Amino acid sequence: MNKPLPTWSGYLRADGRKGIRNLVLVIYTVECAQFVAHAIAQGETDVHVIGFPGCYDNQYAVRLMLALARHPNVGAVLSVGLGCEYTQPGKIAEVVRKSGRPAESFFIQDAGGTSKSIARGKEILARLRKEISEVKRVPMTLADLTVGCECGGSDGTSGLAGNPVVGAFFDRLVDAGGRAVFEETVEMIGLRNILSSRAANEQARQELTAAYDKAEGYCKAVRQFSASPGNFAGGLTTIEEKSMGAFAKSGTRPIQGVIKVAEAPRGPGLWILDSVPDAHFMQFGYTNPNDSEGIMDLISCGAQIVLFVTGRGSVIGSPIAPLIKITGNTQTYQRMIEDMDFNAGRVLTGEQTLAEAGDELLGLVSRIAAGESAKPELLGHREYFVMYKHQDTPSLSAGCRA
Amino acid sequence: MNPRAFQIQPQDNVATLIDDASPGAVELAGAGRGELMVTEKIPHGHKLAVRDIAANEAVIKFGVRIGHATQAIPRGGWVHLHNLASDLDERSGTLDLHSGAPTDTVYE
Repeated sequence: MNKPLPTWSGYLRADGRKGIRNLVLVIYTVECAQFVAHAIAQGETDVHVIGFPGCYDNQYAVRLMLALARHPNVGAVLSVGLGCEYTQPGKIAEVVRKSGRPAESFFIQDAGGTSKSIARGKEILARLRKEISEVKRVPMTLADLTVGCECGGSDGTSGLAGNPVVGAFFDRLVDAGGRAVFEETVEMIGLRNILSSRAANEQARQELTAAYDKAEGYCKAVRQFSASPGNFAGGLTTIEEKSMGAFAKSGTRPIQGVIKVAEAPRGPGLWILDSVPDAHFMQFGYTNPNDSEGIMDLISCGAQIVLFVTGRGSVIGSPIAPLIKITGNTQTYQRMIEDMDFNAGRVLTGEQTLAEAGDELLGLVSRIAAGESAKPELLGHREYFVMYKHQDTPSLSAGCRA
Repeated sequence: MNPRAFQIQPQDNVATLIDDASPGAVELAGAGRGELMVTEKIPHGHKLAVRDIAANEAVIKFGVRIGHATQAIPRGGWVHLHNLASDLDERSGTLDLHSGAPTDTVYE
């Protein structure tokens, strides 16, 4: 129980945050540049790709991509555009350079087409990789970690085992001074009073109830609650039931407040990420169209690792931050063992207590932070999803592209 | 060994199967004790009533209301889309009982 807490070596960034990986991120700024961006990264070690498909830009998507470009696990950035689109690769590179990281950009039209762009991109990658190989290494502990969690492909075991084991781990992470972020306010439906009772203070209570009211109103307005056919086939019947199961990932510590996409937690402790669109004359996008979108949101808040709880089984991974897959369903674990990192189903059969499973998960997270690969990383899974959406920010003047 | 169903809180009126159940006895685990008789095949992850639930009565899991019974459910009965409805979400009531697939989207 009272074992010494793990330490490992991380990568120090200019803003003081520490990364557990030292990646080059290739960012494309329109769907037309997607093929070239992936071809540049093809066969390269520690090079990941994200991008935005739209030609018209979107403030939310730009903010999200800039947060990912300056993520603690990212050492350098190459931004590639076609040349016609609104989103500007040069401006992305400029912001990244201001964060103390090397960054370059170019347009495919200027480089002279597909092959010349791929060659140019690979030359730039070689240069960037050499530069970041000299990043300062520093000791890291759980207090330096932000860990995100979301669930997808939930079934009747998720709320009984998968999410409670994450809750037990989150309690340990928070007690060690780390940051824990969980999301999906649209999966807290019916829990207004429970949320309110978990608030760390009055300010947090107001943020939590406001985020709850927005999420419930949004689901009613679009007539779509966050439950999928697979959830129902897996034994979940109502959104209230799914919500209670999802909320079990929060553990038992007080909730410090609500953050939005691309915003880092304002201090240590447990936080809720609100990824639901804010009211706007064009209500851009569904709140959580798929699991990859939610995982990108968590990474944009600075999570160096994301936990993904899946009762029915999922095969996705993520760029930038390793994804650790946890299932509370022993049958799923055995059937999809190639993809699953952790079997929380053992707490249901009595093989393990919840506390023992929380300790074991803490050990796994620490090993992956120290450089061990999670199963999605080993398989090469790096799914991402960046979409049009609107969220208010205090500094933002309203507009049709906000 | 009989299949098991996990009851989370003592006040819950449903328990979640952690094994597949066929007609016969199911053993309660967690906050539940004793046996239930089920009369149909029910897959793991799904819910059973641990006592008789009247029409319109609250269905309780995790110690909280997760919706209401749309018809009377006997002890040991399968609790799902055919007899439990959300208090908020109208759409899920239209989904297919077994696959959960939507029935209200037009493919033509």
